[in-house]
Amino acid sequence: MRNFFKKIKKSIKDFLWDVRKKIKIRQRKIGAYLDERNLNIATKFPGWAKALLYLSPALIVLAIFTFWPIFNAFRLVLYEGYNMTDNTITGYTIFGNFIKVINDESFIFPAQHTQGTAIVNTLLIVFISVPISIFLALFISVALNSIKPLKGFFQTIYFLPYVTNTIAIGLVIAYMFKSDGGLINQIFGLGEFSWIERGSEHWSAMFVLIFYSIWGSLAFKIMVFLTSIQGIDKQYYQAASIDATPRRRIFSRITVPLISPMIFYILVTSVIGAFKIYNHIVALFGVTGKPEGVNFTMQSIVMYIYKYIDGGGNNLSIAAAGSLILFSIILILTLVQMQASKKRVHY
Amino acid sequence: MELRLENLTKIFTNKTGTDTTAVDKLDITIESGTLVGLLGPSGCGKSTTLFMIAGLIKPTSGKIFFGDDNVTRLAAEKRGIGLVFQNYALYPHMTVYKNILFPLENMDVARDEAIQRVKDMANLVGIGELLDRKPAQLSGGQQQRVAIARALVKRPRVLLLDEPLSNLDARLRLQMREEIKRIQRETGITTIFVTHDQEEAMSISDKMVVLDFGVQQQYAGPQEMYNNPGNLFVAKFLGNPPINTLESKIKNKYLMINDQKFMKVDLPDGTYDIGMRPENFRAASEDSEMKIEVDIKEIFHIGRDTMIHFDFNDQNMRALVDSDAVTADSKKITLTIKKERVYIFDKKTGKVIDHA
Repeated sequence: MRNFFKKIKKSIKDFLWDVRKKIKIRQRKIGAYLDERNLNIATKFPGWAKALLYLSPALIVLAIFTFWPIFNAFRLVLYEGYNMTDNTITGYTIFGNFIKVINDESFIFPAQHTQGTAIVNTLLIVFISVPISIFLALFISVALNSIKPLKGFFQTIYFLPYVTNTIAIGLVIAYMFKSDGGLINQIFGLGEFSWIERGSEHWSAMFVLIFYSIWGSLAFKIMVFLTSIQGIDKQYYQAASIDATPRRRIFSRITVPLISPMIFYILVTSVIGAFKIYNHIVALFGVTGKPEGVNFTMQSIVMYIYKYIDGGGNNLSIAAAGSLILFSIILILTLVQMQASKKRVHY
Repeated sequence: MELRLENLTKIFTNKTGTDTTAVDKLDITIESGTLVGLLGPSGCGKSTTLFMIAGLIKPTSGKIFFGDDNVTRLAAEKRGIGLVFQNYALYPHMTVYKNILFPLENMDVARDEAIQRVKDMANLVGIGELLDRKPAQLSGGQQQRVAIARALVKRPRVLLLDEPLSNLDARLRLQMREEIKRIQRETGITTIFVTHDQEEAMSISDKMVVLDFGVQQQYAGPQEMYNNPGNLFVAKFLGNPPINTLESKIKNKYLMINDQKFMKVDLPDGTYDIGMRPENFRAASEDSEMKIEVDIKEIFHIGRDTMIHFDFNDQNMRALVDSDAVTADSKKITLTIKKERVYIFDKKTGKVIDHA
């Protein structure tokens, strides 16, 4: 029986070998034919033309789904009274749509008797959850790297949130923070404290949201940090241990600088990701970002933009203005980060 | 600081449970202030020995003494050693200055004194002008110097070097050899270094330990070991071109070569391993005591030397002779060798037999 399989395997490999040989011969023949008639792409076209040819599939997709929408955002923001159904406008404006957004209720300035605005909520999430999650991920990955038994087990546990649906986790978190018999209230003996439901406060809802977004984003960060820590040459640690370096100094002076390119990458992408926060809020507070019976809104910038995209297509100019504001905030912050990182990131 | 290894043994057990003895019952005493080379082919346990002295590998059994302190169970950071890694392990994100300062940051040293020590050490190893550079901006030799400075700046009791010259090119290697020797002389620190290059070990060590399969073969000064190898392994390992070895019989107190009586020896009859170094052969003169005429197979002129190939007992031999002794079309030559330069080894144990 085993011999039989060996024979089959051998004949398959022989067959593949022959096919490869035939293809090579065919290629050579085609090449000779093209050379004869001076049609060979490799010699006929200059380098940049070939590069463009090979890049074209990606460029076409990008043009349709990225560059054209970006261009449209800039176009829409200049229109006044744009109507999507009959494609008409009543006039042009430069700053009009931006002013509308800025003066809009719950974008920068809170509405009456309401706490929280799109900008405030988004900035709170970015500036609280991103630093905390990066520090936590660093410590957890260093700890994971130093344990030997059950290493795979712990890595799987910390990686679980990454493969779990955001909305599903959101429902679980919401259930944990339920006022009536929720896990958190039971553990800490808080009675029927309302975290995110009727009668809750802006800060408690924000706490739950930040808790959720940190937990949800830890997995990927830990994975990236852990792999880069495992890639550090062991000799640096041996050298440090011979020099009697305490653990915290090994962490701050060797581990962190050596993986600083990865930390910087994670910082930039998480800041951008946190600015675009959407699913987390929808999962906890619904599409309006405002549960019933509360005096605050949890709406983020992206939710604000979606609200105007949804509105029948007549407010697309406002949505475009909102996206451009988000775009410029992210752009400025990323440039600041790049500048600040120059001295601290060691490639 | 005198360093003493007693019965030091390291056994590695792999996943399938097979034991490999990397270092086998090593007993060495290294006198204070000497430079000792651990020499052997790859996989002979020399690096393992070094790392056990450093404290990065725990010995299976045996003891390590620094002076009178038993440091066998002491963690690496408490032993007070300086270690230079094979690829230097300089922290790539720190400047040379910070790299050298790093060990001092963990010690009770005043800042002014620490800075002074870094500068002194950098000048000692000859990198005083490079303190602001990053390791990636340095040549291999300069990195090596930084690594030595970093190891020495905390004034360790023992300096350990793991294959310090293997990453350098041939010319730099010669230069760094002398540098290491000079730095060791100036600081007077007990130094152990690991190498597989016998020439390197012979040129800088005060004493050498030759290891094979974790077993100590010989512990002696380089010239002493070269002239009086303790066994066949040491004889074969030292010397370039390598020693000629051949099987030969002793009949009626005469060492027989090419069926001629070559040398009178006071040993029982039997088959022995014989070693003769190529450079110990001379073209024989009329009054030479032992001489033998051989057919020259090939002649190579290598710079100042002339190497000839010939057969002893149908085994290929090489000899370095004066270039005057042979001409390009020489067919035969009469060779001689001093009696004490003929090494006779026991066929079974490989140990040298004293016959002089």
